[in-house]
Amino acid sequence: MLQHEFVSAAAIAASVLFILSLGGLSNQEKAKRAVWYGIVGMGIAVVSTMFGPRIGGFGWLLPMMLIGGVIGAWLARRVEMTEMPQLVAALHSFVGLAAVFIGWNAEMERARVVGMQGAGVMRDDLSAFAATLATKTPLELTFLQVEVVLGVFIGAVTFTGSVVAFAKLAGKIGGKPHKLPGGHALNAGAALACLILAVAYFNGAGMWTLVVLAGLAFFIGWHLIMGIGGADMPVVVSMLNSYSGWAAAAIGFTLGSDLLIVTGALVGSSGAILSYIMCKAMNRQFVSVILGGFGTTQSEAAAIEGEQVAIDTGGVASALNDADSVIIVPGYGMAVAQAQSAVSDLVRKLRGAGKNVRFGIHPVAGRLPGHMNVLLAEARVPYDIVLEMDEINDDFAGTDVVIVIGSNDIVNPAAQEDPGSPIAGMPVLKVWEAKQVVVCKRGQGTGYSGIENPLFFKENTRMLYGDAKSSIDALVPMID
Amino acid sequence: MKVGAVKERARGEARVALTPESARQMQKLGHDCLIESGAGVLAGFTDDAYREAGVEVVESAEALWTRAEVVIKVREPLDDEVGRLRPGQTLIAFFWPAQNEARLEACRATGATVLAMDMVPRISRAQKMDALSSTANIAGYRAVIEAGNQFGRFFTGQVTAAGKVPPAKVLVIGAGVAGLAAIGTATSLGAVVRAFDVRPEVAEQIESMGAEFLFLDFDEGQDGAGSGGYAAPSSPEFREKQLALFREQAAEVDIVITTALIPGREAPKLWLDDMVAAMKPGSVIVDLAAEKGGNCDATVMDKRVVTDNGVIVVGYTDFPSRMATQASLLYATNVRHLLTDLTPEKDGQIVHDMEDDVIRGTTVVHESQVTFPPPPPKVKAIGAAKPKARVKEPTPEEKRAAAHAGFVAQTQRQVGLLAAGAVTMWLLGMVAPASFMQHFIVFVLACFIGFQVIWSVSHSLHTPLMAVTNAISGIVILGAILQIGSGSSLVALLAGLSVLIASINIVGGFLVTRRMLAMFQKS
Repeated sequence: MLQHEFVSAAAIAASVLFILSLGGLSNQEKAKRAVWYGIVGMGIAVVSTMFGPRIGGFGWLLPMMLIGGVIGAWLARRVEMTEMPQLVAALHSFVGLAAVFIGWNAEMERARVVGMQGAGVMRDDLSAFAATLATKTPLELTFLQVEVVLGVFIGAVTFTGSVVAFAKLAGKIGGKPHKLPGGHALNAGAALACLILAVAYFNGAGMWTLVVLAGLAFFIGWHLIMGIGGADMPVVVSMLNSYSGWAAAAIGFTLGSDLLIVTGALVGSSGAILSYIMCKAMNRQFVSVILGGFGTTQSEAAAIEGEQVAIDTGGVASALNDADSVIIVPGYGMAVAQAQSAVSDLVRKLRGAGKNVRFGIHPVAGRLPGHMNVLLAEARVPYDIVLEMDEINDDFAGTDVVIVIGSNDIVNPAAQEDPGSPIAGMPVLKVWEAKQVVVCKRGQGTGYSGIENPLFFKENTRMLYGDAKSSIDALVPMID
Repeated sequence: MKVGAVKERARGEARVALTPESARQMQKLGHDCLIESGAGVLAGFTDDAYREAGVEVVESAEALWTRAEVVIKVREPLDDEVGRLRPGQTLIAFFWPAQNEARLEACRATGATVLAMDMVPRISRAQKMDALSSTANIAGYRAVIEAGNQFGRFFTGQVTAAGKVPPAKVLVIGAGVAGLAAIGTATSLGAVVRAFDVRPEVAEQIESMGAEFLFLDFDEGQDGAGSGGYAAPSSPEFREKQLALFREQAAEVDIVITTALIPGREAPKLWLDDMVAAMKPGSVIVDLAAEKGGNCDATVMDKRVVTDNGVIVVGYTDFPSRMATQASLLYATNVRHLLTDLTPEKDGQIVHDMEDDVIRGTTVVHESQVTFPPPPPKVKAIGAAKPKARVKEPTPEEKRAAAHAGFVAQTQRQVGLLAAGAVTMWLLGMVAPASFMQHFIVFVLACFIGFQVIWSVSHSLHTPLMAVTNAISGIVILGAILQIGSGSSLVALLAGLSVLIASINIVGGFLVTRRMLAMFQKS
């Protein structure tokens, strides 16, 4: 049995390791070491807690841990990099569900301890948590109830929200926004009911209020995320990431564990910053993303003149053979077509021919922050030629050929040139400044925002219609 | 269809409308190609080269005119050539319908179809057949070469053992296709190039070619941008300002290349006698507008003249023909693109679609009707770009004041937030137990650390960041561990489930992060 002092020391060590682990992600090489800090920190935290005072039920605990670990390892090995958004969303839902369970447990234990204190008998079969509860003052117990409500509510919203996000990202349900009649009034009503239930719970209405509250929160999470379109998922996933952190922090308050509080706060702020970056990159208000859908009242976007000029792979190949500098701008379409390894082959060949080839990544390209970087890394594209929007945006003017693969809104010049456009003001990659732009696209449709893209009609733009993967595959042998 | 190119009969014309390369492409469209013997010789293409490309060489012009269903040529048809046209035959050539009404009428009478290469509308889709642009491009290039030929010094500045050579100063007036080509050629030869155009929106193009745009400060809202990307005539006041600008330049520049043309009008006189007189001896003026009367007072069409003060004025009008090989290659490609549009099925059958903007605009005679002038195209021509509003540079004082105001506003906001936070803390501290406040301090500090740490995370690692935060948010497992030893079996069950799913999170999150990070390779 480890003593309390030792457990606290371990908690400090684990907190520091977690901070180092996140801080290490500032660069690719440090990150490989940093992930070990995280693993060691987690090991210390779990082991020290397990062998702390008054922990029991090992016969139940260890098998569960083992099974969970095996499932986790299997998932991590099996998942395709294009499926990362789904995996991340699924893992968020787990944290949310666990937070709900732990919150319920806390209430049940509290009720048990209070009951025992009332009866004047203290039994031995208290868990470590219940044992600390027994020492708490009535005021502390009231605060505990507040924390429990917060933990359960946030956890429940995170759970169903993540499940819906997972289903949307995995294509199990359509990506289109759906809302029940009543829209946000329903959410507001449910939230109000939660508040009433919480008040009832503080006044001793008992366990059922928490269960109903969780049910309502489940509904809010489900309905909220159902109303958000597929391409806003980077923001949604970041937001759920943040919520899972706040849920953990709320549980930390309930349990009086500084380690949980610190970790939850780290995760929560991480998700919040990611959401902020994503919203900034789309020039949208966080609230308007969460409330779903593009604004329906738009001023008339400027009509586009001209026509889309098609090109075949032979034409693209000769343009690439003549080019000295090439920038590739990938988007979600590349992931959908699984074209990343074909793109990587193309890049290797172009670089072999002494051309300066780089990638320009928009912050919201893909369905997860940094998604494109991971896909390209998987296809063995060196990360030092994969640049952020701000790093590369001024270089387009001096570039011979830009290849846009499966992205639309993030290269839409209307965002900068047409104040009437629904995406006006959104920072975009200025691909049109290059000498020639080749857009690799399945057909003549619009992007997720449904906005016509004037880029496709520019004089220096050529459209390469067809599946991105087969187009690029056909292109590779023609490069010399 | 049989497509035949005739030998040009016009004096001094060396170009040809068909090259072996364009013939190969036309055969892919299903056409058979014919050429009059010797038609390509002056442009550097022998009859054998044509035969090799699968072109049938026809001995006489007469035979060609009888056999070809589509006759392609460069210059407008001469009277005897018009006489050879027959109903159903198609002629593709420069035609200048506005200046040649009599010939237009003569062609109409023959029942043939005539497509004028100079009438290709200026829309994006038709750029590949825009023979005027490709001709202008050559003229611009050749004008600089011609100037270099006449000019007694280097273009580029040099410091040699024998002394310093200053770079030649070149002024290009009119930055259309020819002007831009001249700018590009002159800068790449090392000259210092200045350029002027009445359309302020071309300033960017001029600067991108490496020349200095001579800016004319004139704010009556009047500039010379007409429709269709061409210049329009300017007001007398504007013209005076413009001439004053040129007068300033005259004494300084060594080479002047004028390319100013206004569609359907005499060329404007921009380089007057007094400017010529102000130039240094040995300076060169190349007037690309010579055919339309010239931009310079001293220009004599098709002649090289030397003024009294030793300025050489070149008024040649046959620059494209002087580069016959290049000009023929480009022109033949333009014609071939037009035929591609006329042969939509690539089966050698010409479909004369009068609904098509490009074909409609180019056709001047069709089915015994004069179809010139065409209606305006449905797709608008390259519009005159809106001139960019010049943003006034803020003075240093204004900048400083703005920075200061920003700083004050930021300070106010931060102090306000801090005060609000402090009040909240104080209120909370009044009701909350001490243990809660301790945890709360930890929470707030952790948030601050989190914000600092996460901001420095590289954008490219955001996905691994999410995966690793997934893993560490599995820390809720601690809560479940603390509860699992409870006597209540329901509590133990829920806690066990929590342990299970939190373990998936921890192990899955860390392993997938490791897997991802291992993929990031430096080149």
